[in-house]
Amino acid sequence: MKLVTAIIKPFKLDEVREALAAVGVQGITVTEVKGFGRQKGHTELYRGAEYVVDFLPKVKVEAAIKSELLDQTIEAIEKAASTGKIGDGKIFVFDLQQVVRIRTGETGTDAL
Amino acid sequence: MRKLLAIMLTVATVAAVGFGGPAWADDKPAESAAPAATAVAAPASTAAPADAAAPAATPAPTPNKGDTAWLIVATAFVMLMSIPGLALFYGGLVRTKNMLSVLMQVFAIFSLISVLWAVYGYSVAFSEGNAFFGGLDKLFLKGITPDSVAATFSKGVVVPEFIFVAFQGAFAAITVGLIVGAFAERVKFSAVLLFAALWFTFSYLPMAHMVWYWAGPDGYTSAEAADKLNATAGWLFQKGALDFAGGTVVHINAAMAGLMGAYMVGRRVGLGNVSMAPHSLTMTMIGASLLWFGWFGFNAGSALEANGTATLAFVNTWLATACATLSWMIAEWLIKGRPSLLGAASGAVAGLVAITPAAGFVGVMGALVIGLAAGVICLWGVNGLKKILKADDSLDVFGVHGVGGILGAILTGVFAAPSLGGTGIYDYVANKVADNYDIMGQVVTQATAVGTTVVWSGVVALVCYKIVDILVGLRVTEDEEREGLDIASHGESAYHY
Repeated sequence: MKLVTAIIKPFKLDEVREALAAVGVQGITVTEVKGFGRQKGHTELYRGAEYVVDFLPKVKVEAAIKSELLDQTIEAIEKAASTGKIGDGKIFVFDLQQVVRIRTGETGTDAL
Repeated sequence: MRKLLAIMLTVATVAAVGFGGPAWADDKPAESAAPAATAVAAPASTAAPADAAAPAATPAPTPNKGDTAWLIVATAFVMLMSIPGLALFYGGLVRTKNMLSVLMQVFAIFSLISVLWAVYGYSVAFSEGNAFFGGLDKLFLKGITPDSVAATFSKGVVVPEFIFVAFQGAFAAITVGLIVGAFAERVKFSAVLLFAALWFTFSYLPMAHMVWYWAGPDGYTSAEAADKLNATAGWLFQKGALDFAGGTVVHINAAMAGLMGAYMVGRRVGLGNVSMAPHSLTMTMIGASLLWFGWFGFNAGSALEANGTATLAFVNTWLATACATLSWMIAEWLIKGRPSLLGAASGAVAGLVAITPAAGFVGVMGALVIGLAAGVICLWGVNGLKKILKADDSLDVFGVHGVGGILGAILTGVFAAPSLGGTGIYDYVANKVADNYDIMGQVVTQATAVGTTVVWSGVVALVCYKIVDILVGLRVTEDEEREGLDIASHGESAYHY
């Protein structure tokens, strides 16, 4: 099993969710996050005060999947989240040791 | 709790003494008897008891229902400016963690000053005394009944004194509320209340008395009578300073107290290192719009009558503000690259401030020029001037209200000239507008009023801050400041996400 974490542009969330559903991903967790990468921040000006905003708002999508789905999942996110401009985000893949469905007690791939 | 009870007991005792007429009458029979008698008939003639016999022959004027209705509505407008107008305007400009503290400070000051106004404020500002302070004859609004009347700017026209009391009280409340913006985000709540009470007593009241107190127009029947009555008026009124709705009394006065506060309370922790960006410009825009709306009551209401002067003040308040919004916006666009909403809202407030002393005196063209200048010069006030002053005036009280107030007060002297479309100065003895208007002379008079306000308010504020610092301390601890005043001082938070 794998845990796929993707940092994407906030307005791409709906497209990514649809693409993941299409390849058979059963569920995702979404978090609003801030961070910085190669995309530069911007300056904000309030009367005389100028502030450099380094951290940009992004959305973090997490999906726990069967290992067989990994390539399709990555491809789906890559396609759906891409604009071709700096700041499209990144995808991180982790090995997933265990999954438990709390309601039934099922474990492993049965719980996905 | 025990402390609070003790304070309430003291207040109740003072109240009992205040309302227990005999105690006062015994102490000062001569002083308190005269106003009590004249208050019902015509307070305008309190100043000249000797002349009182003559006007008594003609029937006492009664209030016009239209004037009364307008002043009641205008008073509510001005109260709306404080809460929620000013509170939201300021609240949006602070960080999330301090939102409630600012709303609370403005809300509490409004209530505190309202009560103090009735207890002694009205009497000290608007009863006859010397050129700087009024008397104590109307403590607890003593002697004022539904039949009492206050003078207006027209002979033989009066308004019920109760609504005059409330209208002027609303001015006092917002003036003290304005100061909050200068030391927002780090001041101790108890210090705010104590300072508000002290500064109101020793700066607002004498400034209001100096600029606005006079015996009313009815007694101005001859040059001698006019001289005699003028001698009883406030110091700056005697000098002929023009301040239609409070450029000096309200804005320069509050701005100086704010500037001193920014120096005395000190800079916010992390200034220059951490982002102190406004948390909700949406709130600020709502607040600025409510201020603009309420200002129609503030300026047009200051005519005290529902007449042509009120409509002139209304139109000037409308257009000067619009002009200042545009001029700030365009100047910012040219200099900084982008037109911001905060700039537009700040421009509107700058325009409102600048037109306040001029509202009923200048023509529409004068108002447009005042608005144009206010937007650009106040933009400098919050940028260039702010850097020179080196004070952490959090919400730019001095940059907007001080600079805009001074600009408006001076330009009032210029554009009140009939040759520049202004109304000129009314001569109550000749019953017509005075023939010769000396622009330079009037500008010098206006500058005198500005200087008096700057020095008086500045010195009084410094002393008051010092006293407050000794008694309760001016600012919260650094930990509390970092945590935010909402939780540290008030035990609640503005937003639950």
